[in-house]
Amino acid sequence: MTSIPMPEEGTLTTKPVVDETNYLKSAYGIKSWLLTQDHKRIAIMYMIGIGIAFLLGGLFALAVRLELWTPTKTIVEAATYNKLFTLHGAIMTFLVLVPSIPAILGNFVLPMMLGAKDVAFPKLNLLSFYLWLLGAIGFVVVLFAGDLDTGWTFYAPYSIRTQTAVALAATGAFILGFSSILTGLNFMVTIHKMRAKTMGWFRMPLLLWGLYATSVIQIVATPVIGITVGMLFLEKLFHIGFFDPKLGGDPVLFEHFFWFYSHPVVYVMILPAMGVISEIITAMSRKHIFGYTFIAFSSIAIALFGFLVWGHHMFVSGQSSLMSTIFSLLTFSVSIPSAIKVFNWLATMYKGSISLAPPMLFAMGFLFLFGIGGLTGLFLGTLNTDVHLHDTYFIVAHFHYTMMGSALIGLIGGLFFYWPKIFGRMYSHLLGTISFILIFVGFNLTFIPQFLMGSMGMPRRYYNYPPEFQAYHQWSTVGSFVLAAGLFTALWCFIHSLFRGEKAPDNPWGAVTLDWKTSSPPHHHNFDIVPPVTDPYDMDDVYWDEESKGYISRSQQAALQELAAGVSGTQEKNS
Amino acid sequence: MPERASSYAAEVDWAFNFVFWISVFFFALIVILTVVFAIKYRRRPGVEADNSITHNTKLEVFWSVVPLGLVIVIFWFGFSGFVDMRTFPKDAMVVKVHAKMWSWSFEYPNGVESTTLHVPLGQKVKLRMDSSDVLHSFWVPAFRVKQDVVPGRYTYLWFEAIKTGTFRVLCTEYCGTGHSTMLSAVEVQSPEAFKAWMAEESSGKNLSPVERGKKVFSLKGCAGCHTVTKDRKKLVGPGLYGIFGHEVTLAGGKKVLADENYLRESILDPNAKVVNGFPPIMSLIPLKDKELDGVIEYLKSLKD
Ligand code: HEC
Ligand code: HEM
Ligand SMILES: [Cu+2]
Ligand SMILES: [Cu+2]
Repeated sequence: MTSIPMPEEGTLTTKPVVDETNYLKSAYGIKSWLLTQDHKRIAIMYMIGIGIAFLLGGLFALAVRLELWTPTKTIVEAATYNKLFTLHGAIMTFLVLVPSIPAILGNFVLPMMLGAKDVAFPKLNLLSFYLWLLGAIGFVVVLFAGDLDTGWTFYAPYSIRTQTAVALAATGAFILGFSSILTGLNFMVTIHKMRAKTMGWFRMPLLLWGLYATSVIQIVATPVIGITVGMLFLEKLFHIGFFDPKLGGDPVLFEHFFWFYSHPVVYVMILPAMGVISEIITAMSRKHIFGYTFIAFSSIAIALFGFLVWGHHMFVSGQSSLMSTIFSLLTFSVSIPSAIKVFNWLATMYKGSISLAPPMLFAMGFLFLFGIGGLTGLFLGTLNTDVHLHDTYFIVAHFHYTMMGSALIGLIGGLFFYWPKIFGRMYSHLLGTISFILIFVGFNLTFIPQFLMGSMGMPRRYYNYPPEFQAYHQWSTVGSFVLAAGLFTALWCFIHSLFRGEKAPDNPWGAVTLDWKTSSPPHHHNFDIVPPVTDPYDMDDVYWDEESKGYISRSQQAALQELAAGVSGTQEKNS
Repeated sequence: MPERASSYAAEVDWAFNFVFWISVFFFALIVILTVVFAIKYRRRPGVEADNSITHNTKLEVFWSVVPLGLVIVIFWFGFSGFVDMRTFPKDAMVVKVHAKMWSWSFEYPNGVESTTLHVPLGQKVKLRMDSSDVLHSFWVPAFRVKQDVVPGRYTYLWFEAIKTGTFRVLCTEYCGTGHSTMLSAVEVQSPEAFKAWMAEESSGKNLSPVERGKKVFSLKGCAGCHTVTKDRKKLVGPGLYGIFGHEVTLAGGKKVLADENYLRESILDPNAKVVNGFPPIMSLIPLKDKELDGVIEYLKSLKD
């Protein structure tokens, strides 16, 4: 703390961070954004980019749902329908969910949580963003260039034989993969090297454990998808037989490659969301997290076990029965750490002082939706029931509960939580609550009917379907529009906040982690003086201050006062 | 769950229900606790959270071990059911299943072929499946069986039907434009009815060429891509009604007359001449001379 520039006097007692400037205003002009190396500005660029991708993916989803209103043709032809669901899935997974929380919230808060100025390699961070952008544009090009219709899984040999733009999409995925690796690498090094001096591993906020585990997965798994799409590319262009039996390849091998990456990737989506939920629940309940070590280690356990279960997507693929059995057993082992987390969150709420502001509503929504997502995973890990349920709407519902209902709700909840910090503005709690209710109701209305029809015999990726499922499909379509209305309400709530929102206090929720001990919004270098590191969930450290309408940290104040005394002490000596 | 029509459907449903009730229990627990805590401990002025509780190792070990025990039990049920599905009986009737974009055909031990699968009640049936193009997956919801059909190798499944009736067969591995119309049916018949059906099928050797062609046309899956109705509706391929003797515009704008030789070439070397506006995706479907002849006669017969 000693080598840090001296704060101005006067403002010292009420405001922990004295620099008046704000990273949003530290420089102006389009170049100051596009070429920035500030992790916070990069986070905002991701937010906009991913937001646009999400909008696009969402519109495709609505088109898919509309088409399914009737059992035969409703609005588009079969070929177009296949293109729509492929684009929806590919955009949502590769462009939205994989980067989402790490790139937006992680980028923003990770250095601040560590008490650092920035990530370890700020230039690399900017490069990741541009790689993402390049990959994203690649996908949009595919949209205009051709009829990509393989589904987001690109299963061979269909993906090799079809006349569609798979090669282009594969290149896009390849570039996106690089972006993902670089972000993971950056975060990992930052966490290792740039923690505040007194921050041991077990004084790190749980979100960082989540992001750390995520980084491990990204670094280990992503090269495999890079290799896979590379092979796909070679096979398509030069007819080298890897996966197509006509050329002497094996399609099941492709499935192995694909899921070796794509199963861990679902944890890339969920682990950061779990981290965010840990932060929200403890802050909004004003209570110390329950079972810190169990939660921290369960993140690592999920990341490690997550590598060993890919074969559960292939129980009926033709892999050997012995392999299926082993994969089933391992799959169940992953469900335990997830269960532990849920119980710990509940125990954290116990005897808390729970605020029902929007972030907490989303966190509670997460518990509900992740509960369904995780428990339905049990049906799929069970061998004989999965044989029936595989590749039906049951799967579709399961992974939407986990990916959208959990990972994405985690992101939205996290946005509501960190919004005051990011933009220095509060938002309308009423709008936030309305958006939550619409999202929650719409989501369940969309996907519960899908569980029902899946178990009754409705396969996935069907353009036409047996008429007895029409009522379920129609409910689902209605639900998807309610859900969309909820998401637009949230967007409206955020935009409204930017223009009309009240000024946010530095710490509106009473969180104890370092990121809340900066100004809202933080200034360019995050901290003038790195606040003392405490137990990140020691709620006694912060108290409500009526005047600033926010919470104030005792330890930080004490440190600042001490420093001020030291400063005036030296001044006295000097004079 | 759909109705149960195979010997192990009951076992699958049992496992399903077992997992279902366990899930209901835990889900209820989560939801009730969330709601109760949110109400009971909602923020009130002057009331502080009780921050003395930060962990409780015993409790945490308890709620790690109990789910662990439960999932091991679940695994066991799933596993033993799976073993039944994968242990092939020796005395089964073997039917070959051919999958292609976008149709199924079934070949019985005596060489008879059909587009719907006929099986006798109470007889164990083993399917040996192959695909001539991409991945498909054979699913009979009422039997609770599913198996991917993989090009370049055989995959197998077996079942014993316990109920007569017609049950849906669906393709569940995405295979392109016609994926959702790649449907068929299993007809479970009493052993006598099955025998009668089989006798009739195998006696049908002396069909007229047109009749033979018509049969081949549906058996070989041509109908998955081509309609033969008067409206000449397009599927993936062009409608074939009235094609004979008409002019066809090829990709590139050239026009040719659809005579017998053109039809023959279109079938034997599908990509030699590609029809304008269609993708060259028709793959070569091997036909015997007699079958080819029949199909051509049949196509010629499709006219007013
Ligand atoms: C995978 C879908 C598919 C299957 C199965 C299929 N075809 Fe085709 N067929 C097409 C397509 C697409 C075209 C048009 C492009 C071309 O000429 O190759 C076509 C063209 C044709 C033509 C020329 C039509 C014209 O208007 O000139 C004939 C004749 C034909 N098919 C016969 C058959 C027969 C007989 C079978 C069954 C043995 C069959 N097809 C199976 C997709 C299919
Ligand atoms: C908590 C315990 C979980 C278990 C036991 C579990 C189990 C499974 C199993 C066995 C499958 C394969 C089913 C099949 O294809 O037949 C599956 C599919 C899937 N799961 Fe999970 N899952 C869990 C959590 C999650 C989470 C947290 C996510 C994402 C964040 C997720 C995302 C997916 C996806 C995307 C698929 C389907 C992919 C596809 O076929 O397109 N799952 N799950
Ligand atoms: Cu998985
Ligand atoms: Cu299919």
